[in-house]
Amino acid sequence: MIEALAFYMFASITVAAGVLVISVRNPVHSVLFLILAFFNSAGLFVLLGAEFLAMILVVVYVGAVAVLFMFVVMMLDINFVEMRQGFLQYLPIGAVVGLILLVELAVVVGGWHISPEVVAAGAAPTPDAASVTNTQALGQLLYTHYVYLFQAAGLVLLVAMVGAIVLTHRKRTGVKKQVIADQLARSAAQSVKLVKVETGKGI
Amino acid sequence: MESLVASYLPILIFLGVAVGIAVIAIVASVLAATQRPDVEKNSPYECGFEPFDDARHKFDVRFYLVAILFIIFDLEVAFLFPWAVSLGQIGMFGFWSMIVFLGVLTIGFIYEWRKGALEWE
Repeated sequence: MIEALAFYMFASITVAAGVLVISVRNPVHSVLFLILAFFNSAGLFVLLGAEFLAMILVVVYVGAVAVLFMFVVMMLDINFVEMRQGFLQYLPIGAVVGLILLVELAVVVGGWHISPEVVAAGAAPTPDAASVTNTQALGQLLYTHYVYLFQAAGLVLLVAMVGAIVLTHRKRTGVKKQVIADQLARSAAQSVKLVKVETGKGI
Repeated sequence: MESLVASYLPILIFLGVAVGIAVIAIVASVLAATQRPDVEKNSPYECGFEPFDDARHKFDVRFYLVAILFIIFDLEVAFLFPWAVSLGQIGMFGFWSMIVFLGVLTIGFIYEWRKGALEWE
């Protein structure tokens, strides 16, 4: 009973926040609504029993991705009010993308219903949810059974890292920096000069 | 499965209490306090004079680079959690698969270190 109520609460807030993300005028507010949607999706994950995914959603998406979006919003020098004029005109295109995703979901879920044994044949043997915890069940499959996908994820992260540096990093000239090795390599002979000054003459 | 979801009930209750207190604080201040807004009161306040310009500046792109690198290492740590929990079951293969993963990301880390992407002068 409480579960059903919680589900409807989380689901409705997620959908409402999602609509607000694309319809509010201030882009900072829309990022905040995105965070609200993330939190409520985490609640939905908990209701599904996927505690680890819920934690990751809060830690990675709310903690990092939302901050990144905020930076992007702050970095663009665009008149947002002007840009958002007629923003909802793109709603049909978004609806088409959403519809395609919905059809894909329907195909997958329909596949489960028509022949459940196909899913069992394709997927790895899922650990029994009653005997192992959620995080442990993930760990038992991810690093051994799905090792190639796991390593591919590592490579994707590497490419993202290198790509971000290549795109945004540039050497700044004329910046004074402390080079400790140079400082330590200096000797008294290089830096101190003794001058014998005669009286009354100056240097 | 039932007990797992049920064990999160206290968090849901806390959530309800937190939302309730927040709503009460806002609604009560709207209802109880005297509201006499005028143009001067609602205008942005900057030490007594008109604000010089918009609060929204352009950010340096370097903040974005730091945020991206933070996300990547955040994900790396996220992958470590299930690995650490199930290390007893997955054996040497699982152990080395994670070490290779960490090695790949360490290559990226060395790259960004040598490029000076982490320096901020």
